[in-house]
Amino acid sequence: MSSGAPILDVRNLRLWYGTRRGPVRAVDGVSLEIDAGDVLGLVGESGCGKSTLGRGILGLLPEGARADGEVLYRGRNLVTMSPRELRRLRGPELGLIFQEPMTRLNPLLRIEDHFRETLAQHDSKLTNREIRRRSLDTLGRMGIPPTRFRQYPHEFSGGMRQRIMIALALVLHPSLLVADEPTTSLDVIVEAQILRILADLKENFDTALLLITHNLGIVAEACDRVAVMYAGQIAEEGPARDVFADPQHPYTRELLRSTISLDTTELHSIPGAPPNLISPPSGCRFHPRCPDVMQVCPAQGPIETAPEPGRRVLCWLHGPEREIPAGGTERLERKELAVAEEA
Amino acid sequence: MAAVSAATRLHRRTLGIRRAFAPIAEARGFARGMLWTGAGLTLFFVVLAIFAPLISPYGFDQYEVGTHRFAQLAHPSHAHLFGTTVQSTDVLSRIVWGAQTELEVVALALAFGLVIGVPLGLFSGYFGGPLDRGSVLFMDAMFAFPPLLLAIVIAFLLGSSVNSGVLVAAIAITITYVPQYFRVVRNHVISVREEPYVEAARALGARPVTILRRYVFFNVVQNVPVIATLNAADAVLTLTALGFLGYGVQPTQGAEWGYDVSRAVSDAASGIWWTGTFPGLAIVLLVTGLTLLGEGLNETINPVLRRRVFTKVDFGAPSLEPSSEILEP
Amino acid sequence: MSARGEVLVSVQGLKTYYSIRGSFLDRLVGRTGAAVRAVDDVSLELRKGEVLGLVGESGSGKTTLGRTLLGLVPATEGSVVFEGRDITKLHERELRDIRRRVQIVFQDPHASLNPAMTIAQAVGHPLQIHGLESDGAMLRARVAEALERVGLAPAEQFMDKYPSDLSGGQKQRAVIARAIILNPVLLVADEPVSMLDMSVRAKILELMLGLKNDFDLTYLYITHDLATAKFFCDRIAIMYLGRIVEIGPSAAIYEDPKHPYTQALLKAIPEPDPRRTIPRDLPRGEVPDASRPPLGCSFHPRCPKAFEVCGWESRDLKDLLERRWAGMEEEAYEAEQAAVGPVEPLDVAVTHAHLPAHGGGRGAEVRAILERARAADPAEPFWRGVRRIEEVDGRVEIDWHEPVEPRLLPTGRVEVECHLYDEEALAEAGRRRSGPIPQ
Repeated sequence: MSSGAPILDVRNLRLWYGTRRGPVRAVDGVSLEIDAGDVLGLVGESGCGKSTLGRGILGLLPEGARADGEVLYRGRNLVTMSPRELRRLRGPELGLIFQEPMTRLNPLLRIEDHFRETLAQHDSKLTNREIRRRSLDTLGRMGIPPTRFRQYPHEFSGGMRQRIMIALALVLHPSLLVADEPTTSLDVIVEAQILRILADLKENFDTALLLITHNLGIVAEACDRVAVMYAGQIAEEGPARDVFADPQHPYTRELLRSTISLDTTELHSIPGAPPNLISPPSGCRFHPRCPDVMQVCPAQGPIETAPEPGRRVLCWLHGPEREIPAGGTERLERKELAVAEEA
Repeated sequence: MAAVSAATRLHRRTLGIRRAFAPIAEARGFARGMLWTGAGLTLFFVVLAIFAPLISPYGFDQYEVGTHRFAQLAHPSHAHLFGTTVQSTDVLSRIVWGAQTELEVVALALAFGLVIGVPLGLFSGYFGGPLDRGSVLFMDAMFAFPPLLLAIVIAFLLGSSVNSGVLVAAIAITITYVPQYFRVVRNHVISVREEPYVEAARALGARPVTILRRYVFFNVVQNVPVIATLNAADAVLTLTALGFLGYGVQPTQGAEWGYDVSRAVSDAASGIWWTGTFPGLAIVLLVTGLTLLGEGLNETINPVLRRRVFTKVDFGAPSLEPSSEILEP
Repeated sequence: MSARGEVLVSVQGLKTYYSIRGSFLDRLVGRTGAAVRAVDDVSLELRKGEVLGLVGESGSGKTTLGRTLLGLVPATEGSVVFEGRDITKLHERELRDIRRRVQIVFQDPHASLNPAMTIAQAVGHPLQIHGLESDGAMLRARVAEALERVGLAPAEQFMDKYPSDLSGGQKQRAVIARAIILNPVLLVADEPVSMLDMSVRAKILELMLGLKNDFDLTYLYITHDLATAKFFCDRIAIMYLGRIVEIGPSAAIYEDPKHPYTQALLKAIPEPDPRRTIPRDLPRGEVPDASRPPLGCSFHPRCPKAFEVCGWESRDLKDLLERRWAGMEEEAYEAEQAAVGPVEPLDVAVTHAHLPAHGGGRGAEVRAILERARAADPAEPFWRGVRRIEEVDGRVEIDWHEPVEPRLLPTGRVEVECHLYDEEALAEAGRRRSGPIPQ
């Protein structure tokens, strides 16, 4: 638990983009906080809006998208900031690493040139010697030897390229790094190596990390806190240890049960498919697939509660009691979902 | 299983084609403007070409009605809306009949070009090997020739042996454009060939011809209409150039705008504008129409260029957001 | 009906090498470049009714091996015998017949269906290809039956849809329907669920298990995910750089993994267990370039338990120096680099080297650097492979022990290809440790 004001404070963020059939509510009222040096895992399945959220926080909205709400970085609202100011923040304050490192590194430039461009752009007063020193230092911490500084991206393997990407992002010492599925395309041993680097960012670089992934195992091992996302909203959030040991939201619970691990003896799945974000289900968006659905669930959207200090959940099972109409807690017979609606 | 109506079966069979060209209906903005303007212009000339006998007041080389000979180089007037030429032929009639000539040649050239270039590109791209290498070398060599020069040479060589000027011109143009179809189709086939669904087709045991027909062809054909219309525009220019130089369609075989322009050059010095302006205008309009049609198709069908259409977002509409207050359970 | 347990496919000494196109000059002269040994001498048996898992990371050769079983990839050497015929020796026409009996489900559901064909056309196409059904109505009926079998019910709702109208899980079901409509005997599943969401994977795996029981299918399940393999497979083969390094019953592999690579894989799998943290003692580095594999055992550069005979060579010295320099202060690094010289010349697969590579004169310094490196980490397996280090004419000469080729040997319930379980290799290592240094 860190003390002091959070470095990132997202308040009721909405990121919608307009299509002919209506707005796609990719992110629909998300609030979260990241303290300095903390690692927050944002986990969800495909189509839940986590990638949009990650990019939206940095102001990298896809074409046609609009933002509403606040994204406070060190107290300054990124949503209302001018594009120029936002650009100045990206790099030295806000970093982003992507899933496919090969497509993000310029194949025509040596690694040395990548670093020189990055550093010179943000601090034109740096000498060449200084640039080299900082670059080699950061690369060294990622395990890239100085003898390879002048090589081209294609001469490195996938895992090394991802390390170079991380080094490029970190050489400017940002306070917040957003990593969008950084290990999805990597082999499992390399994945663990990269995760170790990311988890150690706090000690080595004092950088907070927002780790976006669909893999629950990664989040359990590498993150301090976790936020589970479903259909554009945060279903549950809290310390990773607690959320995994004792999930409060039925979706989190079902997701954990569906995850196939070395201890799996029986297969579980969640019936149905993630909802369409243009016209999500009424009330609680998870209700058509929820094993614990109650009468109130389709009728009204749930209100966020805190079952314990430091944890929050968006589910009628946790009240608040006084907002539930009479009979609302009665079980609801869930409609048999046709396979046509299944994923 | 219940009997299926013929209409349903037809609906099913054509699903593929209709889907491939569905984006046309969704075209917006600039692309849509180009598309429909181009289509309109082209259609105009197509109508002229098809209904030439009904629209044109006179024959293409008619210089008299009964015994009354038309005036030479007459100004545009009630009797001759666009005036007459030095040979007493009606300019308007020659424009209308000329449309038929142009489109005949272009249609033939397109047909030949597609029938030769597309299958060659398909086979060459899919099978590779010596056939591919040889074809590519040959096609690249053809590309190296200035197209107009090539067309002139071929028209000259064929002019004596083939009677129909239309055919001569069509063949000359075909030869210059086959490499284009070949190259576009071949390149697309090479990239599609590596797709998992093609490998899956092999895994199912499909023969190469079947794979080409059902798995590759429909996925590469989308680019062809674009190339075809742009080539048609270019073909018109080539044809008129040939006519200007006296090759291709001979004056006795039909009206040809390029030929008319070449005849009108000497008239210009004497202040006679109608013999050259109208054919020239016709050329410009037809070529522009075809080009706009081609570019419009490209913008709408080509997925790389296609711009997704976004509508404005209104946050004010009621949403399902949870309250931001955190309450005790 | 063949008896349960009998051998369905027998792979013997299979080698599949891809030649990499060399430089322009090479191509002009007709010389091919290096070869990627995608599959490097693999032998195994697939028994009827079992699920054999092929587990490995990128470059392991598992995908190539799977495709060789269908004849999609030509073999360089060896044999694959299925129902009495050697698939590697058949022509394309004869292979088409095999493809009625052996089918494959690919990894990417979004890309394995032809975007220009409806689901009905795609799933029915195998029947048309093999001339089994020409009547339109009958064909449609069989397609509907297959779709219902895989859970896409009611079938009418899916028949005339295009792949882009379906979700990932539904597409994968359609791909499976297409694969089983011919009633194959063997199904090769190449990462069938790795591109699907967690909550959908279980459904597809359940479907595949159900089909296996209903149709008496045999599966070759190719994956990098040991967790799903553990659940799904009866036997597992772990592959590394084109070779099988461990193979045996599923339970044995998981309860008592023998090969260091298998152990590392098991440790590295992320588990959503709140008590776990990221393992810190994983092998370093990554899977090496398949066109230039390490000498001896391919895993030795990363293995924490490697010793004398594992195949130490000049490239390992290069790696050692680079690792050392990656964490160093710049001044110290520059000083050492100046003495040692360029390390690129060390990038050859030989068991001797000298530093500096060009010229001489600073042998004593280089010697000191190597001693410091050793002192910094005496437990590093590299040093066990060094036979001698000597200063000669101002240069340092280093020799390593000759590699012993690893062999796949039975050990307990499994077979392992690792010197740690090879009596002869262990004996040889003992001899080298204590024997005199040869002149």
